[in-house]
Amino acid sequence: MRKTLGLAALAATLACGGANAQQVNVKIGVLSDMSSLYSDIGGAGSVVAAKLAIADFTAKNPGVKVELTSGDHQNKPDIGSQKANQWYDVDKVDMIIDTPNSGVALAVSQVTASKNKIFIVSGAAASDLTGPKCNANTIHWTYDTWMLANGTGKALVKTGGDTWFFLTADYAFGHALERDTAAAVEANGGKVVGKVRHPLNTNDFSSFLLQAQASKAKIIGLANAGGDTINAIKSGAEFGIVKGGQKFAGLLVFASDVIALGLPTAQGLTLTETWYWDMNDANRAWTKRWQAERGAAGKFPTMVQAGVYSGVTHYLKAVAALKSAADGKAVVAEMKKTPTDDPLFGKGTVRADGRKLHPAYLFEVKAPSESKYPGDIYKIRATIPAEEAFRPLKEGNCPLVSG
Amino acid sequence: MFEILGIPSTALFGQLLIGLINGSFYALLSLGLAVIFGMLNIINFSHGAQYMLGAFAAYLLLQYSGLGYWPALIVAPVLVGITGMIVERLMLQWLYKLDHLYGLLLTFGLALIIEGVARNYFGSAGLPYTVPESLQGGRNLGFMFLPNYRAWVIVASLAICIGTWFVIERTRLGAYLRAATENPTLVRAFGINVPRMITLTYGFGVALAAFAGVMAAPIYNVSPQMGSELIIVVFAVVVIGGMGSILGAIVTGFGLGVIEGLTKVFFPEASNTVIFIIMAIVLLVRPAGLFGRRG
Repeated sequence: MRKTLGLAALAATLACGGANAQQVNVKIGVLSDMSSLYSDIGGAGSVVAAKLAIADFTAKNPGVKVELTSGDHQNKPDIGSQKANQWYDVDKVDMIIDTPNSGVALAVSQVTASKNKIFIVSGAAASDLTGPKCNANTIHWTYDTWMLANGTGKALVKTGGDTWFFLTADYAFGHALERDTAAAVEANGGKVVGKVRHPLNTNDFSSFLLQAQASKAKIIGLANAGGDTINAIKSGAEFGIVKGGQKFAGLLVFASDVIALGLPTAQGLTLTETWYWDMNDANRAWTKRWQAERGAAGKFPTMVQAGVYSGVTHYLKAVAALKSAADGKAVVAEMKKTPTDDPLFGKGTVRADGRKLHPAYLFEVKAPSESKYPGDIYKIRATIPAEEAFRPLKEGNCPLVSG
Repeated sequence: MFEILGIPSTALFGQLLIGLINGSFYALLSLGLAVIFGMLNIINFSHGAQYMLGAFAAYLLLQYSGLGYWPALIVAPVLVGITGMIVERLMLQWLYKLDHLYGLLLTFGLALIIEGVARNYFGSAGLPYTVPESLQGGRNLGFMFLPNYRAWVIVASLAICIGTWFVIERTRLGAYLRAATENPTLVRAFGINVPRMITLTYGFGVALAAFAGVMAAPIYNVSPQMGSELIIVVFAVVVIGGMGSILGAIVTGFGLGVIEGLTKVFFPEASNTVIFIIMAIVLLVRPAGLFGRRG
């Protein structure tokens, strides 16, 4: 009896050992702004989103073992690339995700290509990542400056805002957003009457707003994000910009910014995003899970954090299909070959230049009287289908796309 | 209307006024720093975090006890000043005899802790705080639209700065304070409670920072990193003005605000470096600062 039991146990152990030999090991790194003006847009919330994606995937695919690490790039490209190098070389990270701040994202994209790993950009915006600076190891996931420019910019010009003054953050992202929006404005019959560039992380916008007022442009385009946008809009309320007949175009505004501004100040703002927590039941259910895991009261996930969940899910599917995470180019090719499908973004595709395609939505911030519960901040104004939302493949000048 | 260097004069005067308003914040904050350094010889690197605490205290007072802006202008600085005094009693008082660097390290560490805790609980996007109703709106001055709140900022800062300078330089209490810094033993021999005076002085400096924080809450984003962004510039202001000089801090604060405002018109991309360029030049020409006394 004992001998039989022992033999059975041995057989069972050997069987388990056989299953272990099939296991795929993957390491993912969330590189984000953990401590500065973009940390509510990505930051710890992105790490939570990645955790949820890993938990959901490994529950259905026990053969894949995923390790997660995270780091702070502090909005400095040199620190970002140094972290990426260290993760790829020393810590054996296979994929880096998130990275708000286009300057850092562009740097990390180069590092990733040189090491044949994978970089999924959820947080950064510059459309150059799928344009002249595209490569076979980078996928641009959630949104980009072209989409923002053509969503918000086109909509505003069509409703009468045909003269624009730009307030631009003086680095890669601000320049890209200003360039794309100016192109969209001019393509739709508008005119750019002036612009001023401010340093990243500016406290006081009164001086720049004075110049914007003097220009008499109908729309003041805010080509900045995070704390800069919040400060600009707050100062604008004080200086009577809206009362004076001008309107703000928040070219990149996140749910976290609107909550920080408060509805009385932010109401009426038009913006374009690709995901909103209150759009459908799947998003709401995921948001509850995210909030429980995040543990910070009163916070709602942004589209960047939802994009991290979606990106990690699709990546792990590709790795499971190939049974290995080692060859970055191969995994990216697999991700481009397979259509995407996840509870948050629904069905979509990843294009040859690394651009993920999904619909975009034009939102307007609700007035305080229209908001029925915490987090109820947007009403949807229009849906832009995936084929129209992003820059056409041929116009990008991406070296990967021939012709 | 005439043009100066390609900019219409109306725009220029508007920018000068804006520069004065920014200068008020620099002046208030550098005043607190100058008081603390001049009187206590401590380089208070947690000044920015205390400024942030003032703004957060105003927000929390509004949220949890319904106290609006006007009571918060008094209550928040008192509360934050008390925490400053506790810090001084528990930690700073052991460092007076040591090199300046120790005070710097301690206060810098405190600043990091305070900011980290705030960011952990409140996130980084910031908290909403609106301009009080009595100060909303503005008037059209012809060359620009001046919000009432910003006019109040200039008036209040000037009042506090002049008041503080007067107390320290022209009253008996200020004389005791200055004497206690130079020769504490002798002043104690006259029966004056020097340690208590020093604690109260640190508390006052911290309260000044918190007062600036409450003033900033309606117009700047109330976020955990609001202090760290400002404090570097304020240190440059204090260095240019002369590390221990109260008058230097006030005059330099307003002056540099105006210069930064002008830079934003003519060369906006350099607007956050111009103060440091001036600091480098001043240190080369007058190492003690514009108003500083040597030694």
